[in-house]
Amino acid sequence: MAETAYTTADNDSYLTHDRGVLSWLFSLDHKRIGVMYLVSILTAFLLGGTFSTLVRMELMYPNKPAESVVAEKTLIPREIFSKDNYNKFFTTHGAVMIFLFIIPGIPAALGNFVLPIMLGAKDVAFPRLNLFSLWLWWSGCVFFLLTLLFGGLDTGWTFYTPYSTSTETRVVPAVVGAFILGFSSIFTGLNFIVTIHTLRPPGMTWFKMPLFLWSLYATALIQVLATPVLGITLMLLGVERVLSIGIFDPKLGGDPVLFQHFFWFYSHPAVYIMILPGMGIISELISVFSHKHIFGYRFIAYSSVAIALLGFLVWGHHMFTSGQSAMASMIFSALTFSVSIPSAIKVFNWLATMYKGSISLQTPMCYGLMFIFLFGIGGLTGLFLGALATNVPLHNTYFVVAHFHYVMFGGTMVAFLGGIHYWWPKITGRMFSEFWGRLAALIVFTGFNLTFFPQFLMGTHGMPRRYYDYSSLALEHPEIATYNFLSSIGSLILAVGLILILIYLLASLFNGRPAPANPWGGATLEWQCSSPPPYYNFKSPPTVDDPYDFTNIHYDPEIRGYIKTTDNS
Amino acid sequence: MPCSQLYSTSPEHDTPGYETHVHVVPLWVLAAVFVTLLAMTYITVAATWFNLGNWNLYIALGIATFKAALVLLYFMHLRYDNPFNAIVLITALLFVVLFLSLTLLDTFQYQGDIQSWEETRGSIQAK
Amino acid sequence: MTDEHHTIAESSHAGEHEPFLAHHFDTHAQQLNAGKLGMWIFLLTEILLFSGLFLIYTVYRSHHPEIFVWAHQFLDKTLGGVNTVVLIASSFTMAWAVRCAQKNQRRGSIVLLVLTWFCACGFLGIKYVEYKHKWQDGLLWASRFKPNEHEIEAIQKHYPDPGHVASDVENAPRNAGIFFSIYFAMTGLHGLHVLAGMIAIGWVLRRSIRGDFNSQYFGPVDFVGLYWHLVDLIWIYLFPLLYLIH
Repeated sequence: MAETAYTTADNDSYLTHDRGVLSWLFSLDHKRIGVMYLVSILTAFLLGGTFSTLVRMELMYPNKPAESVVAEKTLIPREIFSKDNYNKFFTTHGAVMIFLFIIPGIPAALGNFVLPIMLGAKDVAFPRLNLFSLWLWWSGCVFFLLTLLFGGLDTGWTFYTPYSTSTETRVVPAVVGAFILGFSSIFTGLNFIVTIHTLRPPGMTWFKMPLFLWSLYATALIQVLATPVLGITLMLLGVERVLSIGIFDPKLGGDPVLFQHFFWFYSHPAVYIMILPGMGIISELISVFSHKHIFGYRFIAYSSVAIALLGFLVWGHHMFTSGQSAMASMIFSALTFSVSIPSAIKVFNWLATMYKGSISLQTPMCYGLMFIFLFGIGGLTGLFLGALATNVPLHNTYFVVAHFHYVMFGGTMVAFLGGIHYWWPKITGRMFSEFWGRLAALIVFTGFNLTFFPQFLMGTHGMPRRYYDYSSLALEHPEIATYNFLSSIGSLILAVGLILILIYLLASLFNGRPAPANPWGGATLEWQCSSPPPYYNFKSPPTVDDPYDFTNIHYDPEIRGYIKTTDNS
Repeated sequence: MPCSQLYSTSPEHDTPGYETHVHVVPLWVLAAVFVTLLAMTYITVAATWFNLGNWNLYIALGIATFKAALVLLYFMHLRYDNPFNAIVLITALLFVVLFLSLTLLDTFQYQGDIQSWEETRGSIQAK
Repeated sequence: MTDEHHTIAESSHAGEHEPFLAHHFDTHAQQLNAGKLGMWIFLLTEILLFSGLFLIYTVYRSHHPEIFVWAHQFLDKTLGGVNTVVLIASSFTMAWAVRCAQKNQRRGSIVLLVLTWFCACGFLGIKYVEYKHKWQDGLLWASRFKPNEHEIEAIQKHYPDPGHVASDVENAPRNAGIFFSIYFAMTGLHGLHVLAGMIAIGWVLRRSIRGDFNSQYFGPVDFVGLYWHLVDLIWIYLFPLLYLIH
């Protein structure tokens, strides 16, 4: 006998349960907190993206044309901003994207919403701490805005000393903002770890948990272990600016390379905070949209934790040319190879999952496939950078910039988009337009590759990063001007694609078809409650089954969604 | 102990009336630990009255670790708690060791460069 | 003597609203375990926060031992020792206060929490005296390290070994101020944590006076206690590292 999808009585959902702005600002409901994070984080993304567009516009042409060419007409002026402003723009782009968008990103915006429901719990372990994390994010954002309004920051997001201790720009408010955001991250991680340890329902053993939760757990481990070191680093930098205690200042007996050890001990594991939740989403998407059990569940689960732990052993690979000793550099280079292995294991398992699966190419799956391709490129190019010998000519060139944008954007952002589309019906109760979804995905894919693939070539041809002008380089290597031009055009296409996504998703809130409980055919617990869920998630603890067993999940054309049937049907 | 038995709500705990025992540290244990901590403090100060070279540092750190262990095991009742809490602590310490050891190794390796620069160029006046 | 145990209910009575049992937890035992794990993870983050300062200490002491040997006499061992005893005593009273809360002894826990709080005040008071002496003698962090600009006799009065003080102020090793940068960074951050602890103890004290805690629900006292013991633990290492350099 078919069971109908679980629906709310009297149409009350978490969205309508309480009314008024204050009921949202002071809400302890993880779903509302997740939605507020989603809106905030995507706004930060728009801000960071605006700055990157400005950077790319400045770089579209070399500031001085090649002498052999009569000054050609350009679509936009060659020099748009001053070099000081340019430095502030790329710094702001980096700092906003990293601290406000990508590090909190998936765990805060999607994890908060999905984790308790996927786990079968009523909320996270510490709902008040969860709300506090959100308030801390907002506070950190305020400090970043103050930094922007009162002179900006031009040190690069990495704050290297001694420049950061002597520059006239607003280092202290930026550092205070990043410190506060660090604590937002720590408390989210702490909350997730305790939730997963103590709030699993009867029957949900560790190896019955969906892989997205494993990835959030591994991410949370990194958040609590690494972020405090960022905290002390920023604190010392702030105190140095205000009091000149000299720890990192050679004139007073300090050591600037030590700053970099401090900084990268956090910032390398931080990149795994960025990618692991994205990989977790991909595990869900690939399995659901291949209608096939995930291949190698335990391998993927263990590899998440392995990436988290191995990620702590490699931070020196950011410092090969900074004054780090040869011995340390060799050790870090060798260790760096180890961390690629668990990532590769995941990719093989995803591909094996798709093999002989029944694949539907709906929008979330488009992003899932995009991830595998783009993250593959990004990850492989990381090997060139991790190998000590090849790192030396590539360090601080656009090769690095291209590498990390492939993994952070092509990886995490694409997974984030996939996750937003996948859980959009659950969060909002609406379906979006598949046509616009797939079209925008294609535009994003095209724009992204046009923006960043030429940057690999720019890098191998010697163009340094963070440079305001490459005229002299373009004289000897005119192809660099071509690559920059293509990259800037690509960034505009990418922007069009992203704005298109924003438009049709917002439009779906008004015009979208009401979503069934299970539009995609997932087997994890969140698809057992209505779209959107009631404020209490589940009336009674749900039955826990294999999260990737699709045998009893069938499409029902009447509701245009999937239902779970019992064995006797 | 496999993770599933640490901190999970397992089915048997659902039966009504099932109760957990929470250990209350006996007062005499707290007092004994307190007195021992005071004694070890005196000893660690007394040790500085003798010049034992590098051993002064090792003795001081050893005593500090012994005192720390007493605080952790009895005042913070790690001895009686769920063992996972102790795992959390040990994990923290392992990562501190990781951070310190690789960074220290690097600083030792490049000190030579700093010293030879200082010798050839002369020292900068510290303000 | 047998260890004491007492029982806290793992099951909540159906339909009854338990005060101080959050809606997403099924039982007080589950809530206590979750809170305790949460506090231990927070302590893990605090250990990693301080680890940066211990790293800086280790780096500079390894490569410039002469600075540390020179500087140690400018720290008063007696005051440091008294502070150590004060914090150890406060840990004892805190642990005892938790025990009282577990055993429903409201008055006992209030008295002991107040004693803990006063020990913390004492600690900060002694630190204030120490910091004041440093300020008066110009023995501050690197950019403000200027003992040569102060009266030698005044400096000598503050420290237990006046004989060496005079010549040592003249012959400070290069960049000696780094020691004081490290001293102020470590004790300063620790002092901020003592202050935060006093606020937390004050909050738990208020709730104890209000009668919130009983043998079923004592988590907050336990968790604040754990935090307070960590503050003590950090000092247990700071004291020999800063004050007992031979």
